[in-house]
Amino acid sequence: MILNMGPHHPSTHGVLRLLLEIDGENIVRIMPDIGYLHTGIEKTCEAKFYQQVVPLTDRIDYLCPLTNNLCYVLAVEKLLGLEIPPKAQWMRVMLNELTRINSHLVWLGTHALDIGAMTVFLYCFREREDILRLFEMVSGQRMMTSYFRIGGLALEPPLGFFERVQDFAQRFPSKVDEYENLLTGNPIWGMRTKGVARITAEDAVALGTSGPTLRGSGVDFDLRRDMPYSSYEKFKFKVPVSQDGDVFARYVCRVAEMRESIAMVQQALDGMPEGPIKAVAPKVMLPDREMMKTQMEALIYHFKIITEGFAVPAGEVYQAVESPRGEMGYYVVSDGTAKPYRVHMRAACLANLQALPTMCEGRLLADVVAAIGSIDIVLGEIDR
Amino acid sequence: MAVEAAITDLEQLKSHPAIAKLVAWNPASVEAAKFDRNEISIYVERSLIRDACQLLRDDADCPFNYLADVTCVDWFPSEPRFEVVYHLLSIPKKERVRLKVRLDGGSPALDSVTPVWPAANYFEREVFDLFGVRFAGHPYLRRLLMPEDWEGYPLRKDYPVEGYR
Repeated sequence: MILNMGPHHPSTHGVLRLLLEIDGENIVRIMPDIGYLHTGIEKTCEAKFYQQVVPLTDRIDYLCPLTNNLCYVLAVEKLLGLEIPPKAQWMRVMLNELTRINSHLVWLGTHALDIGAMTVFLYCFREREDILRLFEMVSGQRMMTSYFRIGGLALEPPLGFFERVQDFAQRFPSKVDEYENLLTGNPIWGMRTKGVARITAEDAVALGTSGPTLRGSGVDFDLRRDMPYSSYEKFKFKVPVSQDGDVFARYVCRVAEMRESIAMVQQALDGMPEGPIKAVAPKVMLPDREMMKTQMEALIYHFKIITEGFAVPAGEVYQAVESPRGEMGYYVVSDGTAKPYRVHMRAACLANLQALPTMCEGRLLADVVAAIGSIDIVLGEIDR
Repeated sequence: MAVEAAITDLEQLKSHPAIAKLVAWNPASVEAAKFDRNEISIYVERSLIRDACQLLRDDADCPFNYLADVTCVDWFPSEPRFEVVYHLLSIPKKERVRLKVRLDGGSPALDSVTPVWPAANYFEREVFDLFGVRFAGHPYLRRLLMPEDWEGYPLRKDYPVEGYR
């Protein structure tokens, strides 16, 4: 029998449609059908100036906008050969780790809800709200932050921001204990997740999965540690790896990652360097308001950046960062003008989704829901 | 702002392990190479791409065992019009390499690398969907993001940003 699941199904985390060929309760074949959220962002990027692309990157993966901002600005900075001041780099790391926690909280809440643990959802969204308030404080927006700029940050963090982050960093580890109390030792949770939707390390690599989906299968690879960017090499953290390759292994990895991330936020707070938040690049970075009103040259640069952008030397760059879901990559091609010739996003979820049939075929229908939750897909990123 | 000039001299780049490996296997396989902004790009001869990928994947010293991405760039109106771009990653050695294949605009086609990496399945379908590049030997070459009955290939440069209305 062919069963249609989605695109409007609560456990598909967006608009994913699955065609399931089933024999009784057993899955014979899965055919994912995607594209319902395709917005043509890659095409739109080609018609914008470099700095105008930053807000578009938020909208690709709406659970980790800052990670997308970071990946794009790093790629363009590499094309320009810009040197970013240390404070901006540390702020970027700190906010990225908060984003990772934010994204993992949504994942944990909805994943547990799919499987039937209602309470966890409410707990997770309680802490997520705190993080969103931090984002609002620093950027003025809860979700579509666009806080990073090519060459640094948009604004100085406001007064009292670091105290708020400190407060959150102290509270959060005990909250992770709360989630774990509800789930890790819970026999029902164990039965629904252990040994379910297994994938071997060989398959995980061959199918191009990344992030916790790859590490849950025992492949010890994390871009933050192995190919560091934005001064990640100065932070101390462990990369959680699990050998089992099932839904529970991916759950364990992500929960452990939340603990590592909050420790990194604490490290960033403790060692936050002083200094400017913008690179010295008047042709690329907008001048401060004060300078713009008092200095002729600053006003000219401001006018030129807004009206005609800035030219980027011809070339191409592939920049990858470790997003909460895996390897997020931006391939930016410049032809020497002020608009990117081509921007391609390597979506971690697209590759992770390819692993779904391998995980589920031959298993029970109810396991599909657990498997979809465990690969943590965001359809906005898959379809772009 | 300081960007070092790109190195495009193939002789100079032959010391790079991936290029050395390909040249030792078949000197005709490498058309050109570029080292720019700490990234290496290798232009591979169109008919040899699948074998070249296989060779790099199974290399004992530095296995590029992970296909990170496949995409395409349209250089309309110049010829050869399309560049199909492969981003390979070596998980054990933590190295990246970029392979490129140039294709004419007439009826762009090349071999699929799905037999080497199953990961290429969706990536190649996406390139087919948005650029109209055909991959011979692909198990299921259908549109991925656009509707089945869509006409035209949206990411081509001669396709207007606002679409045809």
